[in-house]
Amino acid sequence: MGATFVGMPVFPVAARAALADTQLRHNLAHATGTIRGKRARVVGEVTDWEDLRTAGAAIKDVALADLEQHLVQLEARLTEQGAVVHWARDGDEANRIVADIAKAHQVDEVVKVKSMATQEIGLNEALAEEGIAAWETDLAELIVQLGDDLPSHILVPAIHRNRAEIRRIFLDRMSSAGRPAPATLTDDPPELAAAARLHLREKFLRAKMAVSGANFAVAETGTLVVVESEGNGRMCLTLPEVLVSVVGIEKVVPTWADLDVFLRLLPRSSTGERMNPYTSTWAGVTPGDGPQEVHVVLLDNGRTRALADDLGRQALRCIRCSACLNVCPVYERVGGHAYGSVYPGPIGAILNPLLHGVGENAQTDSLPYASSLCGACYEVCPVKIDIPSILVDLRAQVVDAHRGQRPKVEAVAMKGASATFGSAKRLGFAERFARLGTSMARRIPVASAWTGARDLPSGPTESFRAWWRRTDGGRNGGRGE
Amino acid sequence: MCSGVEWIVRVALQVTCINDALFPDTGKAVVTLLRRLGVDVEFPAGQTCCGQPMVNTGYLDEAVPALRSYVDAFRGYDAIVTPSGSCAGSARHQHQIVARRSGDPELVAAVEETAPRVFELTEFLVDQLGVTDVGASFPHTVTYHPTCHSLRMLGVGDRPRLLLEQVKGLRLVELPAATECCGFGGTFALKNADTSIAMGADKARHVRETGAEVVVAGDNSCLMHIGGLLSRQRSGVRTMHLAEILAATESAVVA
Repeated sequence: MGATFVGMPVFPVAARAALADTQLRHNLAHATGTIRGKRARVVGEVTDWEDLRTAGAAIKDVALADLEQHLVQLEARLTEQGAVVHWARDGDEANRIVADIAKAHQVDEVVKVKSMATQEIGLNEALAEEGIAAWETDLAELIVQLGDDLPSHILVPAIHRNRAEIRRIFLDRMSSAGRPAPATLTDDPPELAAAARLHLREKFLRAKMAVSGANFAVAETGTLVVVESEGNGRMCLTLPEVLVSVVGIEKVVPTWADLDVFLRLLPRSSTGERMNPYTSTWAGVTPGDGPQEVHVVLLDNGRTRALADDLGRQALRCIRCSACLNVCPVYERVGGHAYGSVYPGPIGAILNPLLHGVGENAQTDSLPYASSLCGACYEVCPVKIDIPSILVDLRAQVVDAHRGQRPKVEAVAMKGASATFGSAKRLGFAERFARLGTSMARRIPVASAWTGARDLPSGPTESFRAWWRRTDGGRNGGRGE
Repeated sequence: MCSGVEWIVRVALQVTCINDALFPDTGKAVVTLLRRLGVDVEFPAGQTCCGQPMVNTGYLDEAVPALRSYVDAFRGYDAIVTPSGSCAGSARHQHQIVARRSGDPELVAAVEETAPRVFELTEFLVDQLGVTDVGASFPHTVTYHPTCHSLRMLGVGDRPRLLLEQVKGLRLVELPAATECCGFGGTFALKNADTSIAMGADKARHVRETGAEVVVAGDNSCLMHIGGLLSRQRSGVRTMHLAEILAATESAVVA
């Protein structure tokens, strides 16, 4: 265990390697195609889908516009009902809080509900350094953890694996983490699920402490909500004595009634289901029922930075459904690892730069460019995050952050284009060399990025503007009359 | 003029920089087509580029000179028609961003005038002129790729299809996974060339699956990418801009 995204190369380099992995290409095309189809079917059934999207976006905007007030209210309600609320500015603080709780209870292992926030802060690795094993109990997270692998999708972190690969991982690795897989294991999905069930059950029954995230946190009632498909999360949330939930501050929604909108939007957008199978809600401690010590760690870790971005703050509406990943033609071909973050795909391409800032890390700066700006993500987003516009805005932030430094070839080219397009006269002059340009383009390195796999058009003998001038817009000979 | 839209007195052609330099036949086709429909289209000579290549690469300040040329060239026209969903989208959705950032209130005011008057060719034909049968003839098997910006940024919907269906002799075949991006994406095609080519390879495969002679679209930039791949594969399928098909008649066959 211990695979991390630290030191990942810039997106185009990582993508090139991923594109060459034929098994990955096949697995991803199959999996994203299947989920895309399911989503489209069940979304098509809802006549007021566009209204639901608008409502989802509006509720999140209200929550974010008055974030401080909602968080203070959430803290008060949680505390009244017996929970201990902690505030963490960053991942290190949150990891420290969770580790200290574990040590106070002298546990050397915790079971985990699938949680993006804890992956974001590297909680498992931080706990491992303290000698505490964190066992992932979500089936796909278990596959990733046993395989010493990295998640490649928000909802389906092992989407890059097929069933034959999963069988191999279970056979080879389960024994080192607990109950081994049966030697007769085949790649039949029910058999694989049964092996995981037996492997995990001993962990559920033994664990004294669980760690979760939360999909939503209701300020009005102090309720945390976990939405999952397998029931493994429900086991973690009810069996252990101590429950610690790490919750991003953007997860707050003002009222209980708001859940109505999100519990309709989320399952259809994420798994393509009409209704979510296991929806767990809890508010503090219920005496004699479930965990008797409940902690909530409210995590910032760059969220207030994102909130300060005029356009980008809408990314904090994200409910982690993954619909944007599944429709993204870039994601479908390169997979999630190339994004170098637990948040891959279109949402990752904006969320990572928004959380970490631009201009400091080449990998982060490469993410806003990891898109053809086709707009498919915006079309499916259940909370209407305008990802293409944010991508363009972040590109401008990246360029601005590097102004004043030694200019790259690209910056020089853009300055040249800027001057040329500033005047029709200069453009007309440049075009006289257009034919020369396309033939030369085959010989210069930047253009080889184009010509490696694509022919260039031969280029006309005369530009449109030259034709217009020569023929008076086609009135004196030439087509167009 | 075949429409009852009396307010359209002066119509300008925004030919786009890529058509101007590389695909002048598309510009000529728009002129032919609009004249046939009774629109005396003008070509404001001061136009250069809408600025999209700079904006989408993050160079917003560098787009300002292009934007100034744009508003100087097109201000005062009732309608600005362009054979590109992408460039129409840039004018309608991005010009104001660039103008505001420039801090020049005059530029902001100028964009407020020009941006709402920009129409992608099929929008202009169907919505403003109210025609779907433009009197074209093109006896070939054709498949249509809806480009992303025309489809999702502008929402041209089925307008191109309505126009193609009325073309005499044209047989329209469905493109599998039609709404998926071809992978061009402006400078994406160079900055992420490998991914761009992987996307384009799938688009080219789908085009070939249709058995069409011609793949048609409303954006020559996307067609340059798709066509570049089809040409490299010696596929025997050619690309054509929608305007060139709509301009073709029985008496004036377009090459």
